[in-house]
Amino acid sequence: MDIFLQLTVSGLSTGMIYALAAAGFVVIYKASDVINFTQGDLLLLGTYLIFFAVGQIGLPWSLGVLVTVLLAVAVALAIERLVLRPLIGEPIISMIMVTIGLSSILRGLVNAIWGPAPRSFDSFLPEGSVVVGPASLSTGRLLSIPIALVVLAALGLFFRHARDGIAMRAIADDQQAALSMGIGIPRVLGVAWALAAASAAIGGIMLAGVVGVSPNVASIGLRVFPVVILGGLDSIKGAVVGGAIIGLLEAYTGGYVGHGLNLVVPYGVLILVLMVRPYGLFGREIIERV
Amino acid sequence: MSMECGVFHTRYESDMGLRPRPAQRIRLAAFAAFVLVFPFLAGPYWLDLANQIAIATVGAIGLNILVGYTGQISLGQGAFMAVGAYSAGLLTLNLGLPWGVSIALACVITAVAGSFFGLPSLRLKGLYLAIATLAAQEIVEWAMTHWTAVTGGTEAIVLPAPRLFGVRLNGAFSFYWFGVAMAAGTALFAANLFRTRMGRAFVAVRDQDIAASVIGVNLFRTKLLAFATSSFFVGLAGAMIAYYRTIITWERFTLETSIVYLAMIIVGGLGSIRGSFFGAALITLLPALIANAGRALQDTAPVVAGLLPYAQQAVFGVVIILFLIFEPKGLSKLWGNVKDYFHVWPFAYRRG
Repeated sequence: MDIFLQLTVSGLSTGMIYALAAAGFVVIYKASDVINFTQGDLLLLGTYLIFFAVGQIGLPWSLGVLVTVLLAVAVALAIERLVLRPLIGEPIISMIMVTIGLSSILRGLVNAIWGPAPRSFDSFLPEGSVVVGPASLSTGRLLSIPIALVVLAALGLFFRHARDGIAMRAIADDQQAALSMGIGIPRVLGVAWALAAASAAIGGIMLAGVVGVSPNVASIGLRVFPVVILGGLDSIKGAVVGGAIIGLLEAYTGGYVGHGLNLVVPYGVLILVLMVRPYGLFGREIIERV
Repeated sequence: MSMECGVFHTRYESDMGLRPRPAQRIRLAAFAAFVLVFPFLAGPYWLDLANQIAIATVGAIGLNILVGYTGQISLGQGAFMAVGAYSAGLLTLNLGLPWGVSIALACVITAVAGSFFGLPSLRLKGLYLAIATLAAQEIVEWAMTHWTAVTGGTEAIVLPAPRLFGVRLNGAFSFYWFGVAMAAGTALFAANLFRTRMGRAFVAVRDQDIAASVIGVNLFRTKLLAFATSSFFVGLAGAMIAYYRTIITWERFTLETSIVYLAMIIVGGLGSIRGSFFGAALITLLPALIANAGRALQDTAPVVAGLLPYAQQAVFGVVIILFLIFEPKGLSKLWGNVKDYFHVWPFAYRRG
């Protein structure tokens, strides 16, 4: 039972980090139909920026988080303006490859600046652990779950109530109708990338606290795909639920089955979902079949 | 060279020829002469690069058949190459088959595996298919490293050196001829494929699948055939790597490999045979050139030289993005522009 509780907490906290990255993916997909392979590298950028701000410059945590998010947003806006905007309307393969190219550049730059060795610094999440019955749970991991949920809820509220959020949903619904109602698509795309970067940066900050700072963080970016396919490509709620399910599945298979099976289970789920219910748990059922 | 002012066919045979114009034949002959002379002039370093390009050309043409000509996006190139490499190696090691037979069987096995992973393409389009092949890639990667009983896990598999008429074929010089023959054969097959009904059906599916099915193209059959044909050559590329290096490690067949091959056909030109070769050459040479630059800078600017591995990664991304933004049709189109300019030179029609 104590192992079960520990696995649940660690699975949920990992899952919430997946959810943060996946939410950014969903925002960009909703606004522009772009499959974003840079999500993992935005996470990576987040972990290194917080390390830079707090561990290297020595800013206090609150300020460090602010600086990290702002810098990540600036990078995302530059990406959107310089690279994505000239390619609006190109075929899917081009959009996939352009984000893969960006991912390669980001990874190269982060490695060039901070080197390939893992770095460490004092986490802002408390070190200790809470004892619940027979289990002792890491406080850091426990705390990361509500933090992520607050950020994700804010994103959800943004979509429901903010002007740009509604504009984004309008564009996702019908680009031409949205244009004729006076919605500026470039602006909305910029906002989408900024939000995706902010969400990923917060995910990265939490990763830095929970797991540590190393170049391997970028590989988490691929976990975004099982999460969004399971949750539904265009649903924030789906990203949260999908993140939680994939995180828990990984933790349980890792804890109870072993053999590195936790690495492959998410992709098995992905294939299964694509075969049975390609629009996922909460996605809109408009998938085109041949 | 005879002066031309246009292309005028007077016989059906010339209209149907692969390279009907004299200028095309001269270019081909010049290229063939270069390929024949090259290994006698080049050192082992450049020969090795040429062999890598030959293998990459086979793989890139295979991927282009699927992505460029049939429009089915695949991120599973690395996985299919792994299937080719591992089956070629394991057939020889476990069943004692000669290497040539193993390679041929490996191509067939990969074609079957490719069709199996192509099954989702009958239900899924575009990005969903891309994500499905990504999952396939991850699953195969996991199998390579964890299915120890078959693949040896993270341990490398060592193969006996392939021999032809008593000559070891895995040396840079001897493999060159094998590699070039395979690349030329693949290119010739692919060029002819798209003059047949089947090849035309691939292109029809890419351009508009519903219209294709209306004019009588069986989507189910065509897509599976595209996956099978493509995987056949991708498997060949994998098997060639296995026998060139005589060692099989899973690191050669990761998602990164898939991405590198996609970059080759994007940079070279989607839906172009010569583009596959150009892209394979450029993407293979790029890191080598940067590494050379690094060695040159070692003494004068060691700090810059230390950054070069990361520069390779960043430059790779920059090249992809620059091509996508400025020349989405790739090197093939650039080469076409040059040829068109000289085709009727000096009597060029000038606009404006």
